[in-house]
Amino acid sequence: MSRATEDTNRRMLRARDAMDRAYAEPLDVPSLARIAHVSEAHFTRTFRATFGETPHRYLQRRRVERAMYLLRQTDRSITDICFEVGFGSPGTFSRTFRDIVGRSPREYRKEATAKHVPTCFTMAWTRPRG
Amino acid sequence: MDPPAGLTADRAVSDKFSGAALGSVIHMFNAITHSQIYVLDQDEALDFYVGKLGLEVKSDIDLGFMRWLTVNVPDAPDREILLEKPGGPMMSEETAQQVRELLTKGATGGHLFFSTDDCRKTYETLLAKGVEFTQEPTEQPYGIDAGLRDPFGNSIRFTQPKA
Repeated sequence: MSRATEDTNRRMLRARDAMDRAYAEPLDVPSLARIAHVSEAHFTRTFRATFGETPHRYLQRRRVERAMYLLRQTDRSITDICFEVGFGSPGTFSRTFRDIVGRSPREYRKEATAKHVPTCFTMAWTRPRG
Repeated sequence: MDPPAGLTADRAVSDKFSGAALGSVIHMFNAITHSQIYVLDQDEALDFYVGKLGLEVKSDIDLGFMRWLTVNVPDAPDREILLEKPGGPMMSEETAQQVRELLTKGATGGHLFFSTDDCRKTYETLLAKGVEFTQEPTEQPYGIDAGLRDPFGNSIRFTQPKA
């Protein structure tokens, strides 16, 4: 039983890593389920049981985290950043960003400051809470 | 011009512990010699860390109560990484199981950072060996780096520092 859990965890982590890596691509449940070697029906349920949130929410937070980074580090337009991180429309981006961060992208950009530490820590610790 | 408020606050905290503030206090430590990560299987860990990443075995000793297995970067034997298996009697079987589950979720905090002369070349070499990458070589303010996972869930990065 425990070995099976470890194996499942590791495969779910592989799918989560794929979201971290290819966040801007149109990832869907079938392709993530293939990476994790589970059925589509099983994938969302198991992912949630493993990490405490749905794959969709995880991907949204990853995209928003990347958007926060680009808002802090660049002067690119908000619309540009929206498409760059994988959102399909500025409306969805603004709504999701505000829902997760509690502020609009514009407000966030005004308040943010930039600091340089290894990128995996920035990624993990600046990821907005679900 | 004044620095942003956040930066001032951070400095105020770190200055309290900086060398200057400590004055004549003697340095008590002079190196990090061992770091530790958990692995699920030490033979599989050797296959990965030595066979794929090219590290060297420093110690592989059966102590009876545990297998003391350490590796190091070639030509850097003074800094060892202990590849430890979670289990008894150090922890209960229940706790060991929790550690194994956290490890495979990528949540034990096992991180290793290596430096390399050529990040892209190292990436290609490891990719050809079937290593599981979490991030392709990426330009960062501090250099070029890439991320990967070991077979168990530990996170590894290697950086080509900015010249």
